[in-house]
Amino acid sequence: MKDSIYRSHVLICTGTGCVSSGANTLKESLEEELAANDLSGEIKIVETGCHGFCEKGPIMIVYPEGVFYCEVQSDDVAEIVEEHLLKGRTVERLLFKEPMTDEQIPSYQDIDFYKKQQRIALANCGQIDPEDIDEYIALGGYEAAGKVLTEMDPQEVVDTVKDAGLRGRGGGGFPTGLKWQFAKNSEGDKKYVICNADEGDPGAFMDRSILEGDPHRIIEGMLVAAYAIGADEGYVYVRAEYPLAIKRLEKAIEDAEEYGLLGENIFSSGFNFKLHIKKGAGAFVCGEETALMNSIEGKRGMPTPRPPYPAVRGLWGKPTNINNVETYANIPYIINEGADSFSAIGTEGSSGTKVFALTGKINNTGLVEVPMGTTLKEVIFEIGGGLGKGKKFKAVQTGGPSGGCLPEDYLDLPIDYDSLLDAGTMMGSGGMVVMDEDSCMVDVARFFLNFTQSESCGKCTPCREGTKRMLEILNRITDGEGKDGDIELLLELGEHIKSTSLCGLGQSAPNPVLSTIRYFRDEYEAHIHDHNCPAGVCSDLVSAYVIDEEACIGCGKCAKVCPVDAISGEIKSPFIIDPDVCIACGACEPECPVDAISQA
Amino acid sequence: MKSLAELKELRNKVQKEMKKRDQGTRAEIIVGMGTCGIAAGARDILKAVLAEIEKRDLDVRVTQTGCIGMCEKEPLIDVKLPGKEKITYGNLSEADVQKIITEHVVNGNIVSDLVIARHK
Repeated sequence: MKDSIYRSHVLICTGTGCVSSGANTLKESLEEELAANDLSGEIKIVETGCHGFCEKGPIMIVYPEGVFYCEVQSDDVAEIVEEHLLKGRTVERLLFKEPMTDEQIPSYQDIDFYKKQQRIALANCGQIDPEDIDEYIALGGYEAAGKVLTEMDPQEVVDTVKDAGLRGRGGGGFPTGLKWQFAKNSEGDKKYVICNADEGDPGAFMDRSILEGDPHRIIEGMLVAAYAIGADEGYVYVRAEYPLAIKRLEKAIEDAEEYGLLGENIFSSGFNFKLHIKKGAGAFVCGEETALMNSIEGKRGMPTPRPPYPAVRGLWGKPTNINNVETYANIPYIINEGADSFSAIGTEGSSGTKVFALTGKINNTGLVEVPMGTTLKEVIFEIGGGLGKGKKFKAVQTGGPSGGCLPEDYLDLPIDYDSLLDAGTMMGSGGMVVMDEDSCMVDVARFFLNFTQSESCGKCTPCREGTKRMLEILNRITDGEGKDGDIELLLELGEHIKSTSLCGLGQSAPNPVLSTIRYFRDEYEAHIHDHNCPAGVCSDLVSAYVIDEEACIGCGKCAKVCPVDAISGEIKSPFIIDPDVCIACGACEPECPVDAISQA
Repeated sequence: MKSLAELKELRNKVQKEMKKRDQGTRAEIIVGMGTCGIAAGARDILKAVLAEIEKRDLDVRVTQTGCIGMCEKEPLIDVKLPGKEKITYGNLSEADVQKIITEHVVNGNIVSDLVIARHK
């Protein structure tokens, strides 16, 4: 029972190896030293058997921490007692050093994932505690806002953003400086700035990560915009499905208010700015700016015709500037480093960097930020680490449900707004879904159209009815009931919907279908004319599996994995698959040790 | 905030404090707590870190950070020993946390099979 009062145990190895290297004298010295410091009642010495590390003996371990000292000599004992047992400081020089040194570990800049990245919007993400405003300030945070409010006039700010060549990162790519100029030029006693954080594309999480990882950067970007256009109130419109982003943003706003970085007379400049959060209910169409503003006003989230543009008549009829999260995240850098420094990055028409969310059949799923003009190949193969399981690249989908799929031939395409548009897709907000040979492009198109069809607000007939008809045709094709002329009808409907819908949702909804027809028309034809799904995805078009009786060794492994019990047989005699029950899921094929299973 | 000068003063003060922290005796463990990290089990990792520190009665500062981009390798933690470079570990289990604290935080040896990279 006496053990419980010892605050520390010192283990000394008294195995043969350590004894021969001096463990016994070490123990005696320790006993003496403990007694001299009046620690005998607090610290217990325990003799242990061999740790198997005789080469580095004598070995001493101090608990409760578990500090592992090696090659300890009697001369070291006084220091251990004085430093470690009395003061609680580890004696560094006696710690075991593994042969591996710090220098052998690759630094961040040297690993493939970061080598080609350049982080501006994401500069602080993963580097600071997002809930600590001091950490943001320590890295130069709010200096851009301070500089703008105390040293620059609003037109100078607008000109700087114009000169930087920043374009809207939400996907449209409209020049941000120009947008600010329109809002600034609009007459009005009251103006608003809005941050669009209604990130809804499947597979996209750029904005969420910035809000979660560096919320103050968004506040600062909005503060600069508000000063430039003359607004005193702002809204961040963020999906309610992002609870952590909302929580951190709320905390950030609170802290900024406490520091006087939001509120009245910021930096004694006479400038006031109040920031609110509006939680969206998750309708995809509310990412469209006019629908978004209707939603803030408490109306149904539906788009309205433009013009008038928000810069003229926006929220509650007042001039409003609305930008995406990533756009605002670039502002502090542009103000601090200057327009030239920003426009030097990227390409001529698309300056700066772009954040992408890499998902799909890729090894390094994650968030990357690269200079504009980086090729798809660099992003997918060098940063993303290529495709998993030795699979072959088939297509990459950019721009979410509004974008398109690009085949292998386009891997060398530099990523910027204009070249992606020329290729039939778009930058979009930054989702990048990688697909391999196991993906059916007709099925992919159907998935995205199913998404936009159910998210259509229903206001415009072409979008409401047209996407529904297109989806019906795609469903028919994947069910094996495609007809001659279906492809042409899809193309015709798609073009009509694009040219006659009011907002971006309808104008871009057919893109996944149109781009897959453009690049993978043979797959559509195989579905329609040959009743075959080349990727083996559309289950109605995949024929049942059969077992080669000659090759089968009767091990029964296939029968165990069949989800519908279509495989039967006796062990050590050939098994058979019932073609009427088989759903062609393919689960049995990789199980067979002798490759006796194949599709009929 | 009354002026840009006041902001700069605050920045210098915070930087100094962070520097002091760097040169002091406290180790720091930073857990990646973005949605990707949490989905991969970062909350359990954080709990395991706190439990291990409690068990060993260590003086370690535990903080959080957002997504650093390597979602595939979550849960991630950074270990920063005073005066040393920050080391990032990934694909962690709770058992790995014990190993990292025992070998790296307490004994100063980087756990080479779990390490991803170091920050310069």
